[in-house]
Amino acid sequence: MSRPIPVPTPETAHFWEGTRAGELRLQRCDDCDHVYFPPRPFCPGCSSRAVAVFAASGRGALASYVISERPHPAFEGPYAIALVELEEGPRMMSNIVECPQTPEALVLDMPLQVTFETLSDEISLPLFRPADGEKS
Amino acid sequence: MSLPQVAVVGAAETTELGKVPGMSQLQLHADAALNAFADAGITARDIDGVATAGESPTAVAHYLGITPSWVDGTAVGGCSFMIHVRHALAALQTGQCKTVLITHGESGRSGIGRGGFRGNASSLQGQFETPYGPMGPPTMFTLPVLRFMKEYGLSHEQLAMVAVVQRQWAAMNPRATFRDPITVEDVLNSRMIAYPFHLLECCLVTDGGGALILTTADRADDFPQPPAYILGTGESVETPMISQMENLCSSRAFSVAGPRAMADAGISHADVDHLMIYDAFAHLPIYGLADLGFCERGDAGAFIAEGNTAPGGHLPTNTNGGGLSYMHSGMYGMYALQESVRQIRGNAPAQVGSCEVSVCLGVGGMFGASGCVVFGRQPR
Ligand SMILES: [Zn+2]
Repeated sequence: MSRPIPVPTPETAHFWEGTRAGELRLQRCDDCDHVYFPPRPFCPGCSSRAVAVFAASGRGALASYVISERPHPAFEGPYAIALVELEEGPRMMSNIVECPQTPEALVLDMPLQVTFETLSDEISLPLFRPADGEKS
Repeated sequence: MSLPQVAVVGAAETTELGKVPGMSQLQLHADAALNAFADAGITARDIDGVATAGESPTAVAHYLGITPSWVDGTAVGGCSFMIHVRHALAALQTGQCKTVLITHGESGRSGIGRGGFRGNASSLQGQFETPYGPMGPPTMFTLPVLRFMKEYGLSHEQLAMVAVVQRQWAAMNPRATFRDPITVEDVLNSRMIAYPFHLLECCLVTDGGGALILTTADRADDFPQPPAYILGTGESVETPMISQMENLCSSRAFSVAGPRAMADAGISHADVDHLMIYDAFAHLPIYGLADLGFCERGDAGAFIAEGNTAPGGHLPTNTNGGGLSYMHSGMYGMYALQESVRQIRGNAPAQVGSCEVSVCLGVGGMFGASGCVVFGRQPR
């Protein structure tokens, strides 16, 4: 069985269009430069509606995680649920792929690079892998 | 004594009414709020009270970027918003907050982003957390702790000691579910649930209930039990998404609600004889001690491991055994309150001596919300 598939709303459509095109899109406030996530059509820092979508670098670092031992229909064996701090500032939940799901391999602050898994015609899910040059 | 007057100073509807397929339900709340801000000439930064129904005040406050010191999620159907006004009036008159935002939004026709709970694939959690495989609180509430361990040197053994110390208290409580002593090794050898959390670092799942009856101080002496006076209270919410905590090493809701309750009570840390910190998982007392200011964040693990909160320590904490050993029905806060009242009355199974002041800190959701009550044996 596959992962639960997100259903976009009007405020998040640009994000999912981005992942389909291989981009991780964030938003930045025109008035105060705040970069934020998850998507919304106004700035949570200053309430301005003057915000713009931009393609993020896709680079981040491992902020925290747990390795779940609970059975999940979409995962084989223990798997890490991770928090990734993006280079641009926001934090997001994700999974770490191309890496053993062990405390030894998953080192806090290790550099990560976004990658995308196609779940459906509409949804590609952003995941992260160790950045090039990193041992996994 | 006359109470201050209260007025509506901003009012607006959503930009569009009727059929609005271009907005989720949560965005309808926000759209109305932004228009009301414009009407009043303010921004979310000026708001410190949030009331809503249909969506949670946690979701609305976080979405708009508000750090409230007062929230009301009373949801009793279509008249909820009139009731919010009534609650806001009382709150404003008594200084609990200064500027209240009440929102309504409902995608009743188009049904876009309706619900706002996990399991709804169009909610923010459904889009940005659920696909990554979280399986309930043991895999979500626990997510921040590795960052705390790295930033502040908290060790696996210190985390395990939270469970060990609370079992010491539970051993003195005939009603506790688990009473046999445990060691750090027992904790670390118990089944892994979600690294770094072992079974004994996760709360119980039990049945039970509780109730409180409150009345005014002038009537308090008419009842047979010694009164437990409410000296101070605090509340706040942060985020419905654990991934979006402002700081993975601190609960913003704790750090708003707890200090506010203590300040309202007019007490210092040295005045506190007894402490309850809602412990759904072993890291919560560590976060709570630091956010309440009982110790430095980096010292919180050692503070517990060295026995300060244990029987005989100077800050007896979670003296019923807590959610880890006493009981946890799902909404444990009532049991923490019950233990504070017992300690104030002087009839707790593990009575801490003469208890003049008890602080009781609760959590809601997964670091989503907090409420704090300071009890006293004497009125303020
Ligand atoms: Zn801004």
